Amino acid sequence: MVKEISIVICGQAGQGIKTMEKLLSGIMKQSGLHVFSSKEFMSRIRGGMNSTSVRVSSRPVRGFVEKIDILVPLDPGGVGHVKERISGETLIIGELENIDRGEIVFGESLPVPFKDIAQEIGNVAYSNTVAVGVLSALVGSLREVGADYIRKFFSSKAGGVKEKNILAFGKGFDEGLSWREGAGGRRFKLEYSETVREDLLMSGTEGVGLGAIAGGCNFLAFYPMSPATGVGLFIAKQADKFGILVEQAEDEIAAINMVVGGWYAGARAMTTTSGGGFALMTEGLSLASMLEIPMVLHLAQRPGPATGLPTRTGQEDLLFVIFSGHGEFPRVVYTPGSIEEAFSLTRAAFNLADKFQVPVFILTDQYLLDSSYNLPPPDHDDQEVIPYLVKTEKSYRRYELTKNGISPRGIPGYGDGLVAVDSDEHDEQGRITEDLPLRKKMVGKRLKKLEGLIGEVIPPVFFGDEDFKTLILGWGSTYHTIRETLERIGVDKIGYLHFSQVFPLWPELTEYLDRAERTVVVENNATGQFGKLITMTTGRMIAGRVLKYNGLPFSREEMVDALDEEVRK
Amino acid sequence: MKTNVFDMGKIDIAWCPGCGDFGILAALKQALTELDIKPRKLVMVSGIGQAAKIPQYLRCNYFNGLHGRSAPVAWAIKAANPELTVIAASGDGCTYGEGGNHFLNIIRRNPDITHLVHDNMIYGLTKGQASPTSREGFITPLQIHGVILSPFNPLSVAIALNASFVARASIHDLEGTRAIIKQAISHRGYALVDIFQPCVSFNHINTWEWFQENTYYLEDSHNSSDRNAAFARATEEGKFPLGVFYVRDGEETYGDRCPAYQNNKEPLYRRRLNMIKLRELIENMKNG
Repeated sequence: MVKEISIVICGQAGQGIKTMEKLLSGIMKQSGLHVFSSKEFMSRIRGGMNSTSVRVSSRPVRGFVEKIDILVPLDPGGVGHVKERISGETLIIGELENIDRGEIVFGESLPVPFKDIAQEIGNVAYSNTVAVGVLSALVGSLREVGADYIRKFFSSKAGGVKEKNILAFGKGFDEGLSWREGAGGRRFKLEYSETVREDLLMSGTEGVGLGAIAGGCNFLAFYPMSPATGVGLFIAKQADKFGILVEQAEDEIAAINMVVGGWYAGARAMTTTSGGGFALMTEGLSLASMLEIPMVLHLAQRPGPATGLPTRTGQEDLLFVIFSGHGEFPRVVYTPGSIEEAFSLTRAAFNLADKFQVPVFILTDQYLLDSSYNLPPPDHDDQEVIPYLVKTEKSYRRYELTKNGISPRGIPGYGDGLVAVDSDEHDEQGRITEDLPLRKKMVGKRLKKLEGLIGEVIPPVFFGDEDFKTLILGWGSTYHTIRETLERIGVDKIGYLHFSQVFPLWPELTEYLDRAERTVVVENNATGQFGKLITMTTGRMIAGRVLKYNGLPFSREEMVDALDEEVRK
Repeated sequence: MKTNVFDMGKIDIAWCPGCGDFGILAALKQALTELDIKPRKLVMVSGIGQAAKIPQYLRCNYFNGLHGRSAPVAWAIKAANPELTVIAASGDGCTYGEGGNHFLNIIRRNPDITHLVHDNMIYGLTKGQASPTSREGFITPLQIHGVILSPFNPLSVAIALNASFVARASIHDLEGTRAIIKQAISHRGYALVDIFQPCVSFNHINTWEWFQENTYYLEDSHNSSDRNAAFARATEEGKFPLGVFYVRDGEETYGDRCPAYQNNKEPLYRRRLNMIKLRELIENMKNG
């Protein structure tokens, strides 16, 4: 029996793939199936060719697979767009003219006149809902569950839109049901779970956004840039409810200076951007560090250099983020590998930034942000929002020299003291100085915080055989795909470390590296940046590199091939 | 001079002897004292340059940030805590050159802050290159054949953007400058004061005498609520008018319009995360 089904919807931008993905994922989840969805799309608003992959399973699924069990092409070009992923097992559903009978070999086909059915209901716009109905029936969802979801989804729409969508869903469901009840349907039998219905369906974007709100973010300034904009939109939508000030800056330079100014005056501020935007922010990053002002910066990676591939994925900005900014100063770089970590690390970033008065990065990528899966509701009240602020006294000195390098942080207007900060080298009062022995003390003070930060490093997740010969090292969004791969190929003599914090680097790493006969990094870039960072930090060379840099995430299939080969070396 | 609460006592001031900045500092301190502003409630924000050192010489909170970036910082401080009085002060190069885009956008935002621009028509700290307001033909060690760019006209730009308060002062008249600064700080909304000042070390054309001879005050009959008249006066050829060109009283500020302050007047530092609403939000995500 098949434990999972991989469904792919493919069509032009503007054909409503995103809504189909939402409906389908929601109905599957409410039916008690585990769902994972991810998408790849072109940098255009209309036309081109995009696809969404929805994996449904009886077990948790968290990563991208190439194989397609059911393909729904919404356009004659759809089949060709994903032809490498089609096999003799693939069922293609859709309008007859979209089911390519050319050279591509696939399994069965199920022609359904989505548009005609929709037209009968009253508008061709309902054809995607017809398709969702067909798919829901094929995987064995209950009609009522789907109809109920559609009802809620379109509840705010007037003019019979809700009713007609329910009708369209039902018509599609009938089509799918008659196929399922025939010979073909035996293929797609999944086990359902009650607990999945209590899960949340969350994307990486929502994970970061929700984490920011839970971390006490009350000030967001940013300039729109793919794939980072979604986080801003999520927070903006919740801003009224949580009293968050949201500002669209005139550019990224303004955005980061607003964030620095905001923290100075007592806000818990964040910005969200991608590599190109962050390039403009590096001056402000250096400023925050000189002023010892906390900062939370979400950086969503996409392939570069320059504009690169704006809507696609990559892990190319790791070393840029770690070494960005003029001068020397401490920072923290979190690299969530799951939606759970996107939430928990973004939330933690605010307290950590505030406690140490340093910049904390959340380094994600398009793949993680645009992926969704079901997960249990995160604990939201197990961590307090801690404002590390003091009410100042008359004698207050913003940069008082202390043992751990952290000076109590006051803000203007709270207490009797004055809060002076200066981008020039400054004395304990915050006043400009060229006293060179004092300059040395101030450098020492700022760098001293690194020691405290090392004490707060989040250790990597270890998976596999403690008695490993091969040690695989990954960071960020590769986590679930590597893990699923190892579950599949077995972990005999294989260990895997997933890093959700890459800077400062976990101090115990050297010991792990020394225990391995062979070390391999897995990264979505062309030069093995994490491997370089490890060598630079530990003095240990990395033997193998599994790299991908065409703008797409690793699939499980290619990870299986790559790691299988690596562990044999 | 009388002492006031903003005096720093005996400190080393980095400006050249005879610099116009001393007068601006004196005029500002006097205006602040007359308005009874408390040092602990005042934040001075500046960029980089000789003018941008002014916060160092006042007893108050200050943020001396990056070249060109004082506007977004000043906006953010006022946005995060509307209870503070915020004054941004920097030079013509910092504000109109490096910070040009920020200058346009802070006017559009209309925060209730004061923006003082020390305008000496030259780069002082980097030793004498042209600034955005240098006049055509002005010879410098960099513009060796003279400036060939048209000068930036900050007042006409601000009026074009419908700024809520637009004025020009010249520090050769300290008393007049003090009065204009005082009006600007009292104004509710964004207030720009471009302040002419001589650079005694590098600008030997636009000197104390030159400013005295080439400026005059707007007549009492000037209607500062008339935008077209203000624009005409800001763009007229010849001598430079001083005074308040344009005022829009009673206009909503950023703080009045900002959604984050509609139902909650508390500054951000006094707000706490609403855990009940957070739980509700998470619950709602169950529906996908």
